[in-house]
Amino acid sequence: MNMKVKLAGVELKNPLMTASGTFGSGAEYGEYMDLNRLGAVVTKGVANVPWEGNPTPRIAETAGGMLNAIGLQNPGIDRFCERDLPFLKQFDTKIVVNVCGRSESDYLEVVERLAGEAVDLLEINISCPNVKEGGIAFGQDPKAVERITAAVKKKARQPVIMKLSPNVTDIAETARAAQAGGADVLSLINTLTGMKIDVHRRCFALANRTGGLSGPAVKPVAVRMVYQAAQAVKIPVIGMGGILTAEDALEFILAGASAVAVGTANFVRPDVSVRIVEGLASYMERYGVEEIGELVGAVKDAPQS
Amino acid sequence: MRAEKQRNRRDTPICPENTDKKVENMKEQVIGRLLSQKQLAENVYSMWIEAAGIAGTAVPGQFVSVYCKDGARLLPRPVSICEVSGAAIRLVYRVAGAGTAEFSDWEAGEEIRLQGPLGNGFPLRPERAILIGGGIGIPPMLELAKRLPGEKTIVAGYRDDQLFLYETMKQYAPVAVATEDGSAGTKGTVLDAIREQGVTGQVIYACGPTPMLRAVKAYALEQKIVCYVSLEERMACGIGACLACVCRSREVDAHTGVHNKRICKDGPVFLAQEVDL
Repeated sequence: MNMKVKLAGVELKNPLMTASGTFGSGAEYGEYMDLNRLGAVVTKGVANVPWEGNPTPRIAETAGGMLNAIGLQNPGIDRFCERDLPFLKQFDTKIVVNVCGRSESDYLEVVERLAGEAVDLLEINISCPNVKEGGIAFGQDPKAVERITAAVKKKARQPVIMKLSPNVTDIAETARAAQAGGADVLSLINTLTGMKIDVHRRCFALANRTGGLSGPAVKPVAVRMVYQAAQAVKIPVIGMGGILTAEDALEFILAGASAVAVGTANFVRPDVSVRIVEGLASYMERYGVEEIGELVGAVKDAPQS
Repeated sequence: MRAEKQRNRRDTPICPENTDKKVENMKEQVIGRLLSQKQLAENVYSMWIEAAGIAGTAVPGQFVSVYCKDGARLLPRPVSICEVSGAAIRLVYRVAGAGTAEFSDWEAGEEIRLQGPLGNGFPLRPERAILIGGGIGIPPMLELAKRLPGEKTIVAGYRDDQLFLYETMKQYAPVAVATEDGSAGTKGTVLDAIREQGVTGQVIYACGPTPMLRAVKAYALEQKIVCYVSLEERMACGIGACLACVCRSREVDAHTGVHNKRICKDGPVFLAQEVDL
C-alpha cells in the first residue's frame, strides 16, 4: 500500500497536512502526537514583522463549527526562522510555511527571506477574512490573484501553494487565475466569513464583529469548491474544510484533492490527524487500494435509484 | 459477494474510534468517570470526576478542558480545578450556555472526555496570603488554600447569600465574605470585605471577573503586595497553539513576539504587573 503523494515534486509520506493557523508551528501538538507521522506541517501564517492580531474575544463556537478572528497574530519572520524552523527540522515531515502580508511587498519580503531556509513549500495566504489589508482583499479579485501569484513565483525558491478564499462567486475562476500566475499547487478552502450575535447582551460575539467559519459545518461547501477547483486546473489541489474523520478526508480526495489538511478538528482531539492517517490506511486495505493516487478525483455520479 | 461485504463494512466508523493506540510519553485526552453531580447554588454545579492522570499531577490554579458529548459543540470548555482528592478532581462550574447546561445534565457513572491539567497554576509562596475569589473565581481558591504552606485568609465575593463552597473552605482557612446585596458578610466588593474585616497579607492570589481583578491589582500596588491574577478568555485549543485566548502583556512576550500572552499556556496565572487588565 502506498500513501505517498507528490506536490510540485515534493514527496509527502502521506496526504495528511495540518491547516495553517490551527497548529502553531507544531511544538504544542508535538506533545500529544508524533509529528513524524504527518505528511506535512503547515505553519501558522508568518509576516515580515510581528503582528499583534485582533482584540479578544477572538473565537466563538457555532453549531458544528466555530468562528475565529485571530487577525494573523504572528511573531514575525525573524523569530520564526530562529525558533520555529529549527524545531520543525527535527522531524521527518515536510515543512510548509504559510506566508501572510498587508501588501505585495510584505509577502515578497517573507518569501525572499525563506529562500535560503530548509522549507519544502510555501503557502501564500491571500484569503484571510479577518484583516483589513492584504489577505482576502487579494483573494477575491482574480486579476489580483494572478498578479500576486506571478510576483511571488518570481522570488520564490520553493514551490508555491496559493491558498484560496471561498468567499467568491466563482471558485473556478480564482483557481484558474492562480494557475495562470504560475501557482504550483492550490489549497482551499480558507474560512467562510460569518457572524454571531449574543442576543442576551445584544452584542457581537467577536470583537472583530465578523470571523471565519470553520469546522464540520462548512464541509459540504468545501468539498464542492475543491471539486470545482480541481476540475478547473491541471495543478494539484489540497483540500480542507471541516475534516474530522478519515471519511471526511476521503471525500476531499475523491473530489479531486491530492492531499488534505486538518484544522478545527485539532481542537477537538489533538492527535486527530494521526488517527485520520490510520483511518486512510484501513480504508485502502479494506477496498484493496494500492496507491492513494487511484482515489484522487475518482468520484462517480450517483447510481440511478 | 465482495460488494456485499463492502457494504456491511461501510457501516463501521473508520476514524477516530477504532484507533486507540497509546503512544509512549505523549500527553493525551483521557476519559474520566463522573462520580457525583450536585447543584451548589443557582446555576452553580459541582462535579467529582475520577481521572487519576489529572488528579496525580494537578496544582491549584490549573484547569481542564471538558468536552461536550453533543457533537455539534466542538470546542472544549475550560474549567478550573476546585479540589483534588486521591484519583479524583472536583470541578465547580457555572452554567453559562448550552455546553455547560449539558454538563449539568450528566449523571454519576458517565464517561467524560477531558484534557489536562492545563496551564501553569499558582506559585505556592510561604508568606501570609490573601486568597481572593469572585463568583465562579472562588472554586480554585479551595485547593490553593489546602496547599499553601503559610498563614492565609480567603476572601470570597458572592452575589447573594448562596455561599457555595463556604463551609468546605472554612476547614482550611478563615473566610471573609462579601455579598453584592449585603445578605451575608460585608455588603459590597471583596476589597470592602478586606478593609472592613481587617484582612492582611504579603501575597495576593485572585481569580474572578476582570473589574474585580483590576481593583485587586490596584489595591496590591497601593499596598505594595505581590499579586497573582488568574485570567479567563474564550479558548479553542487550550494548549497554546491557536492564539485565541490572549491577554495584553506589559512587555513584548518572549514566545509570541508581541504584547500578547497566551492565557491557556503562559497562564492562566500571571503576576498582576505583567498584564494589562
